[in-house]
Amino acid sequence: MSETTPTSRTGTERPAADIVFDHVTKRYPGQQTPALDDLSMTVPAGETCCLVGPSGGGKTTAMKLVNRLIDFESGDITIGGQSIRSVDVTTLRRDIGYVIQQVGLFPHMTIAGNIGVIPGLLGWSRDRIKKRTDELLDLVRLDRSFASRYPAQLSGGQQQRVGLARALAVDPPVMLMDEPFGALDPITRTEIQDEFLNLESEISKTVIFVTHDIDEAIKMGDRIAVLRQGGVLAQYGTADELLAHPADEYVADFVGADRGLKRLSLRRMREVVAGGDGASNGASPYADAPSVDADATLRIGLSTLFASGAPAVQVTDGGRLLGTVTLDQLQDAVAGSSS
Amino acid sequence: MTTAAGALDLPTQVIPIFEGPQCAPDQLFCWDWFTTNWPTILGPSLVQHVYITLIAVVIGLVISLAAALFAFSRSWFASGFLGFSTFLYTIPSLAFFLMFVPITGLSLTTIEIGLTSYTLLLLFRNSLTGLRTVPRSAVEAAEGMGLTPNQILFRIRLPLALPSIMAGIRVSVVTVISLATVAASVAPLGLGKPIFDAIHTVFSTELISAGVLTILVALVADVLVVGLQRLVTPWTRARRTS
Repeated sequence: MSETTPTSRTGTERPAADIVFDHVTKRYPGQQTPALDDLSMTVPAGETCCLVGPSGGGKTTAMKLVNRLIDFESGDITIGGQSIRSVDVTTLRRDIGYVIQQVGLFPHMTIAGNIGVIPGLLGWSRDRIKKRTDELLDLVRLDRSFASRYPAQLSGGQQQRVGLARALAVDPPVMLMDEPFGALDPITRTEIQDEFLNLESEISKTVIFVTHDIDEAIKMGDRIAVLRQGGVLAQYGTADELLAHPADEYVADFVGADRGLKRLSLRRMREVVAGGDGASNGASPYADAPSVDADATLRIGLSTLFASGAPAVQVTDGGRLLGTVTLDQLQDAVAGSSS
Repeated sequence: MTTAAGALDLPTQVIPIFEGPQCAPDQLFCWDWFTTNWPTILGPSLVQHVYITLIAVVIGLVISLAAALFAFSRSWFASGFLGFSTFLYTIPSLAFFLMFVPITGLSLTTIEIGLTSYTLLLLFRNSLTGLRTVPRSAVEAAEGMGLTPNQILFRIRLPLALPSIMAGIRVSVVTVISLATVAASVAPLGLGKPIFDAIHTVFSTELISAGVLTILVALVADVLVVGLQRLVTPWTRARRTS
């Protein structure tokens, strides 16, 4: 945990906790099929699990079971080994960061007021709340002067940053995010996705992230759970597993016919060039080839190849040439990792 | 009738002075009469008028808020209370005041029962609308964050209902100020009393004085309520600047 996240009220740092679904079934009254059918999966501590699936697939239901916004009949959910049913519901929710698509900031409170709601209810001192608010605004990259503004004065992207800051206020070990970036324009969404990925690497949280966008899931999730109609878990695994070995037609269909291309987004040029043939690093026969940054994805590398028509690309890291990568090497890299 | 405010005790006998030494009977407005009678008739009437209005609106607000909070999650009560307050609102004001005379006499109580009843419809409806139109997402977020139902009610819903409630108060205050003049027909209190007294005479100064004062009270009250509204709902004026 970084220095920017102070210890919690108990005076101890709060490590992320794993979330375990153990044969959870949820059936809404008066409905034939269950909303969630015998879901069992484990989200390891500190990882982000994206729940994807069609409307009616139970992904939001699954998420809302965790902070007991929805109650379930059978099975159990544990956080850090403790059943969520054994904890007082208010206490449980205050220990879980909650971010929703509509953000849900309180319009009558300033940004500082919004962020300080739960700390205030937990009896934090005014100074401590102020300090924490400043830290959180820094963390979500909003100017501290925003503290005194009202939500109506912020853009959609800025509001969702505040939503994130508010959810992180008491440094909860677990976060639930319900299509958090779904209402943002594509540019803002990409920006805030990238920042959230950065932020996640600084603060260790176990995140359940609901989205209907498979590309977002591939980008944000350490693991992806694909649900199908009737709340059945179709497949649960890393993005690479899903793309390389979809469990069935349904998952293959869901991840898209271009899954081969999507896999290219999962890896960086650096990995390919480092694992590549050492001989190609010598006197390069491809001196005229276009260059690509080492941190670019294979997808970018492939695109550069096609755009230039060159037989290979040169991979550079801060101006230093690491080597070259050919089309064949790209193909081998993807094919090789799927076996 | 005994009340906390001495100003509201029924006057034993106030004999209006119809003509001062410097006033002609056919004069439209005699300033001399106004200044002579301000301390004895007009001033006290005005103070009474303000008290009468405040009592009615405050009691009306307390009842309406309680009813709205109760009705908020019980739609049967909401429609019931709405029907009841609408019924009260449709009764002609003079008839309403007189209806309670056999029970509560020619007293301040009778006046306040009538005036309070007239505030209920507006205040109840506005309070309920305010509570119901709180953004769904704010409540959903509050629930998910771990606010208890009471905390959601008092920290989220009620403050967000304030603009609507304040709008109801604003209209109620002005309505009650004007209706309170009619109430003087039941008990000789407020600015309605000099108006009723003057109606039977040819001397117009008293009528004009009391009438204009009533309008002024209404205007000042409106400005004060708007000021209060701006004070307690600062977020409603917050707009994006950049």
